[in-house]
Amino acid sequence: MAESTVTTYRETLPRPPLVEHRRSMAWISDLIAGIVERPAPAWWWVSIAITGSFAGFGVFCILYLLFTGVGVWGNNIPVGWAWDITNFVFWIGIGHAGTLISAILHITRQRWRTSINRASEAMTLFAVICAGIFPAIHVGRIWMVWFLAPVPVPNWIWPNFRSPLLWDVFAVSTYFTVSLLFWFLGLVPDLATLRDRAVSPVRKVIYGLLALGWRGGNRQWKHYELAYLVLAGISTPLVLSVHSTVSFDFATSILPGWHTTIFPPYFVAGAIFGGFAMVLTLMLPARSLYKLHDVVTWNHIDVMCKILLLTGSIVGYAYTMEIFVAFYGANPFERFAFLNRYFGPYWWASWSMFACNVVMPQLMWVRAFRRNVVVVFFVAMCANAGMWFERFVIFVISLHRDFLPSAWRMYHPTWVDVFTFIGSHGIFLTLFLLFIRFLPMVAMSEVKGVLPEADPHYYPPTDGGQESPKEIHA
Amino acid sequence: MSAAAAAKKPAWGVIAEFSSAAALYDAAEKVRDKGFKFWDCHSPFPIHGMDKAMGLGRSPLGYIIFCGGLTGFLTAASLEYIPSSFLYPLIVHGKPVNFFTVPAFFPIMFELTILFSAFTAFFGVFVLNRLPRYHHPLFDFERFKEFSNDAFFLVIESVDPKFSETGTREFLEEIGGQGVTVLYDND
Repeated sequence: MAESTVTTYRETLPRPPLVEHRRSMAWISDLIAGIVERPAPAWWWVSIAITGSFAGFGVFCILYLLFTGVGVWGNNIPVGWAWDITNFVFWIGIGHAGTLISAILHITRQRWRTSINRASEAMTLFAVICAGIFPAIHVGRIWMVWFLAPVPVPNWIWPNFRSPLLWDVFAVSTYFTVSLLFWFLGLVPDLATLRDRAVSPVRKVIYGLLALGWRGGNRQWKHYELAYLVLAGISTPLVLSVHSTVSFDFATSILPGWHTTIFPPYFVAGAIFGGFAMVLTLMLPARSLYKLHDVVTWNHIDVMCKILLLTGSIVGYAYTMEIFVAFYGANPFERFAFLNRYFGPYWWASWSMFACNVVMPQLMWVRAFRRNVVVVFFVAMCANAGMWFERFVIFVISLHRDFLPSAWRMYHPTWVDVFTFIGSHGIFLTLFLLFIRFLPMVAMSEVKGVLPEADPHYYPPTDGGQESPKEIHA
Repeated sequence: MSAAAAAKKPAWGVIAEFSSAAALYDAAEKVRDKGFKFWDCHSPFPIHGMDKAMGLGRSPLGYIIFCGGLTGFLTAASLEYIPSSFLYPLIVHGKPVNFFTVPAFFPIMFELTILFSAFTAFFGVFVLNRLPRYHHPLFDFERFKEFSNDAFFLVIESVDPKFSETGTREFLEEIGGQGVTVLYDND
């Protein structure tokens, strides 16, 4: 290649590095494991005190509900599902980004996923925990909640396996379990790093037990990588199925505004949109507070913003297509449902939804905005709020005016509704803060694997010039 | 351990360190060509192509997971069909309970197939790797801790028929291994 005038593709259009400033493997270990090993910074104690208080108050609201009854909520007839199911679908939607990043981006070989997948998967688990609270407590008689499970009982009553509500139980619990297994499998090599770096005997034992004796031998990696690939492969349809199944709860009913075939893809796109918004909401502060700029680079944020733009636009298409179908179809109830959605008493919720989910992400067309922390964070916060409004719009507005005007009724939340929702954020953020305190928030072994020197055909430059792989693979 | 005690114990294996993934890869090809069977390459991340360099076949885990998935599918099929059709036939919306309503069973069949496959994949890795295991002779070698940071090791175990304490040691030094050390099992 010496003195060659031929410029290769790699030279003219080099890929942006996944880890900036040519950081070494030891540097990555020190950065990520150091977060767990150093004493917690002051902001962490302040944050967990605040989120812990919110979580505590949320738990109080849940206990108050359980001891008093669902009458403490604003739910009524016909609005039988209100903030409870809105919150459930909101959280389960947020829980879609993690497994999407770990599964779909893994099998499509998107190597940039490595620096954000761990935190996103953890976020997924915590979001699904928050989601699971609401259907469990909304049943009213919590001690009967085990009726959801198909267990043979002495009176031989079985659940209805043809009901989307039961499909939902299976979908959400499978999703949580598979996400947990996937997350823990990815953690094992990094727990080994923490075990090997541990100084105090307590840490040695705890991380030693959690790392399960991982030795990083290639005979171990062989099985590990295949399991990871298979888990990614089976999680890909799973992540698409969960929100589809959630949408069946609504789409299979006959209520105007719910009874549409567009729901499964529309819910999935919205879930990915909301999930990526929450990943950005959590990663942007974590990145600045823990100085992760070389690992979570601007290119990562840029790509996530593009996903926000794409999925936000798909959601916008779904919103407008629903309106079109309502007016193109000849069903007067359907037409009324959409007129009522945008011009009825809850018009503000629908227009907020449209502005936050469809209009604001359009800012992401501009590169300068995708690389501006303030704009990205603002758009992500808009998407978080907008996705909650979307579920409120779909559930409450559709329910409160259905067919006969004599059955219509307004819905107003009570303080228990509001504080349970805020409390769920407290639970979510407290779990996330505990996660970044005790477990590595970036997948160290995977980030090391995407460094240039991880290539078995890479040799460091000997003459101080540009490094080159020994043989170029197509 | 004192030198005298070490001399009495049979060696567990020999470990050598290599400077990079590329160096380990090249060394692995040489060890494979020499005909060793009980050896392994330890690295902080899975090295692309290392299975070939070590002459390892494909992991059988895929077939095991398929069996797990099939079990999940059959579990769901019987869990749904037997109660819905025989034990407790629920007539909802006047819909029949017969074979033609089977599409309503698909979501749960799908979910349990995934669930059982995931459990098989997760536990399969650890069963095939003989893990969990709290202690291992390699962990007695202080320098081995660096495998999870940025070091690359090649270990040949003494159970290998071609193993000889001095011969293997010289061989590893010859192919570029640094800090070649003989390890003993202290258990």
